[in-house]
Amino acid sequence: MITCKDFLRELNEYLDETADVSMKKELELHVSQCPNCFVVVDTTKQTLRVFKGMEPQEIPSTVQTRLMEALQRRMNSRRATGTAPE
Amino acid sequence: MAQATAVFDEAPLLERARAGDAEAFTELVQHYERRIYRLAKHITQNDEDAEDVLQETFLKAFEHLPGFQGNSKFYTWVTRIAVNEALMKLRKRKSDKTVPLDEPVDTGDELMVREIAVWEENAEEKYSRQEMNDILQKAVDGLKPDFRTVFVLRDIEELSTEETAEALGISVPAVKSRLLRARLQLREKLTRQFKRKGENIFDYL
Repeated sequence: MITCKDFLRELNEYLDETADVSMKKELELHVSQCPNCFVVVDTTKQTLRVFKGMEPQEIPSTVQTRLMEALQRRMNSRRATGTAPE
Repeated sequence: MAQATAVFDEAPLLERARAGDAEAFTELVQHYERRIYRLAKHITQNDEDAEDVLQETFLKAFEHLPGFQGNSKFYTWVTRIAVNEALMKLRKRKSDKTVPLDEPVDTGDELMVREIAVWEENAEEKYSRQEMNDILQKAVDGLKPDFRTVFVLRDIEELSTEETAEALGISVPAVKSRLLRARLQLREKLTRQFKRKGENIFDYL
């Protein structure tokens, strides 16, 4: 029988479903009998869920423009000097 | 897990870019710039640094493209450059000013679970999108850089464990261990925020 501490150590394997078959059984048994670990699993799942729903950061257009300008300058200077890429 | 870019077939573009086709390289940049910027912002926590990281990353990628072996995915390779640039910024900024002593004290040696409470139902619906983003951002920002970086790559950018290890130049077990600690710390913070009030009945640990 595994302890809560064991369970916690394997939490990611449980959540990401990467535990092997026998460990998976142990983990499932533990979580079905331990209210604390059940809550930890549930709240960790919710934590990951809200993060997955996080808005991707838009690049401000000025930042985007400056990136393209910097790249352009670099590409042009290479063309001008005729430097072969290392 | 890393399926976000599955539909984007980068191989032909990459080949053209490596042959010196500037347009092809620009297309690759445009495809990944948002993710790199987001990553840079998460790690540096600073707009100005994030912009520098974004530029440096793609300029370096352009310089070193001919040497890119193609053993890893282009995105993983670029991510690795970006992470290095971002961590350098972070170190520089830290040495610029006094290191704050009130940094998260958790050294991460112990697996921390203090707050055991169920969340309010549909907790996040009680907040506007902006408020929610602020809460999440603040929670991630409170993690140690080592944990934060792994969490961002694995759970926000959805790189695999192996890709994360490669991007950070650390071992797979190190990724796993940092990710577990990061997840537990975030769970702790968010549970404090979202727990159902007055019902801490499981709190007998």
